[in-house]
Amino acid sequence: MTEPLLQVRDLSVLFPARRGAPPVKAVERLSFEIAPGQTLGLVGQSGSGKTTAGRAILQLQKASAGSVRLLGQELTTMRSGELRRMRRHMQFVLQNPYSSLHPRMTIGQILSEPLQVHHTVPKNRIRERVEELLELVNLDPAMIRRYPHEFSGGQRQRVVIARALAVNPDFVVCDEPVSALDVRTQAQIVTLLQSLQEKLGLSYLFIAHDLAIVREMAHRVAVMFRGRIVEMGSAAQVYDSPAHPYTQLLLDAVPVPDPVLQRERLRRPPPDLRFLDGDHCGCVHGIDHARDGTPEWHEVAPGHGVSCRYWPRGTGRDAA
Amino acid sequence: MTGPLLEVRGLTATVTTRREVIQAVRGISFDINADEAVGFVGESGCGKSVTAKALMRLAPEGASIGLGGSVAFWGQDLLGLGEDEMRDLRGRRIAMVFQDPMTSLNPVMSIGAQMGDMLRRHLGLSVKDARERSIELLALVGIPDPADRIDDFPHQFSGGQRQRVLIAIAISCEPDLLIADEPTTALDVTVQAQILRLLLRLREERGMGLMLITHDFGVVAGMVDRVNVMYRGEIVEAGPVDDVFARPQHAYTRALLDAVPRLHGVGAAR
Repeated sequence: MTEPLLQVRDLSVLFPARRGAPPVKAVERLSFEIAPGQTLGLVGQSGSGKTTAGRAILQLQKASAGSVRLLGQELTTMRSGELRRMRRHMQFVLQNPYSSLHPRMTIGQILSEPLQVHHTVPKNRIRERVEELLELVNLDPAMIRRYPHEFSGGQRQRVVIARALAVNPDFVVCDEPVSALDVRTQAQIVTLLQSLQEKLGLSYLFIAHDLAIVREMAHRVAVMFRGRIVEMGSAAQVYDSPAHPYTQLLLDAVPVPDPVLQRERLRRPPPDLRFLDGDHCGCVHGIDHARDGTPEWHEVAPGHGVSCRYWPRGTGRDAA
Repeated sequence: MTGPLLEVRGLTATVTTRREVIQAVRGISFDINADEAVGFVGESGCGKSVTAKALMRLAPEGASIGLGGSVAFWGQDLLGLGEDEMRDLRGRRIAMVFQDPMTSLNPVMSIGAQMGDMLRRHLGLSVKDARERSIELLALVGIPDPADRIDDFPHQFSGGQRQRVLIAIAISCEPDLLIADEPTTALDVTVQAQILRLLLRLREERGMGLMLITHDFGVVAGMVDRVNVMYRGEIVEAGPVDDVFARPQHAYTRALLDAVPRLHGVGAAR
C-alpha cells in the first residue's frame, strides 16, 4: 500500500452563530485518504457540505478541528508563508468557467500569473511553459493572445484546468467542474481530466452533485449528508451495492436515459422525503443523530464503510 | 375540437439583443396532440427555450423577438392574435413553468395573493373562492398544511416547494397545454424525482398536453411520448421516445446519447 497523498482526519468546520441562529456544523468529522494518482468522488445534495469540505482541505476555509496532511505535511497548523509554498502542490478547478477567468487578461497572462507567483520556471521560459500548458489541455498555443470571452464554455474550462496545472500540483480539488457545461463538452472535459491524471499522476477530489459523472471519474466515492460522510467505498461498491439508505435514495432518484426503465422508476412508490425538509436534524430513519450520539462506522466489506445506526439492514427499527 | 392541440409549421424566431441578431429558430414544424407529452432536447443555444417562448409570444429577457411561420392552437392562429387576446390565452389555456422558481415568483407577494390574482383575472372567481381554490391546488401539488402556508412568502418555501407552487399556479386555470422549460434543473436529484412524478400524475389526471424542454436525457426518457432533438435552431430528429433512444438516426442524436454518463454498465467503469 502506497503512502496516501492526502490524509484527512476528523476534519470539522463550524460556522458561528448568526442573528440568533445556532452555529452550523457544516462539516463534521470528515476522514478519508486519497492515494497518488487516484480520484475520490464526493457526492451529496446541495448544502451537504461538499464545497466547504473542499475549501477546508485547501485551507481556504478555517477548520474548527481535525487534521489535513498533504505529502506528509500538516496543513492546518501551518504559518501563512509555509502554506503559500504548499499551494503549488494543491490547486482547484471551480464550476463556473465564466467568472473564474479575469475578463481583461489574455489567456497568456492568465497562465503566466501562477508561474510568476510560484517561481516554478525561470522568466525566460514562461512563454514556452504557457504554450506547453495549452497543448496539455488540447488548446491551440496560438490562442495565447486571446481573451476569455472569445472562448466557448468548454474551452474556458480547459484554460481553468491549464492554470491549475501550471505549477505542477500533486492534488487538485475539482468542485463541480463540468456542471455548467453541455453533455458533449462535459464528456470531453471528463476525458481530459482522466488523461491528465494518467499522464501527470494527479490526485483529485472530485466534488459533484451529478452521480453519473462521479461514477465516470472516481476510483473511490464518499457520500455526504448533512456535513458527514455516511458511506464510502470503491465506485463499484457504492454504486452497485449501496449500504446506506441515503445513498440508495440518491441512486434511485437519478433519471436514467432509458425510457422503459425510467418510466418504471417513476412509477415506483415515491420514497418518504420528509427527513430532508425541516430543521436540519434527523436522518433517513428519522433519528436525530446529534442527540442520539453519532453511530459508529461499520465496515461492510474491505474498503467499504457505512455510518448508519441501522446497519446491517434488518436490525433496529426495520426489524422492530 | 379536432386536429392537434398545437400545430407548428415552419416556425422561425429571430432574437434581437443590443449586441446581435440571432436566428434562434430556423423553420421548425411539429404537432402536440391533446393528452400528449412531447420532449425537446438539445444543448444550450439550440433554440429549445426560444421555441417555448415563441409559442407564448414572449421575448427572451432583454431582447425582442420576431416570429415567422404558423402556430395553430386548436386550429386558431396564435401569431396573428392581438396582444389582448394573447394575454387572455397565456396562463389560462397555455401555461408555463420555468427553471428558476425564485425569479418566477414575486418575492414581496404572498403565495395566496399570487395564486388568487391569476384565478380572479382568468376565471373571474371571488376573493373567497379564489382562496379556497388556491388551498386545494396547493394540496394537489403536495404542499403540506396548505391552509397554513397560503399566506407565506416565496422565501419561506424550499426550492422544491417553490417549484410545486409554480406548478400549482400553472395548472390553476386548467390549461390545455403546459410548457415546462427545464422545470427540475435547479433542484436536487431526490426533489427532481418528486417533481417529475407530480407532473406525470397531473398530466394523467387532467389530460393536459405537455411540452417538456430539457437538456437531460434521463429526465425526458421517462416523461414523454415523443421527442424532438434540436440543433442550431432546427429539429434534426423526431420520433417516439423509445425509438429515438434505442435507434437514433441522426449522428448528432447519437453523439448526444453517447456522451450521457451512465450510473451502471457500459461507460460506468473505472
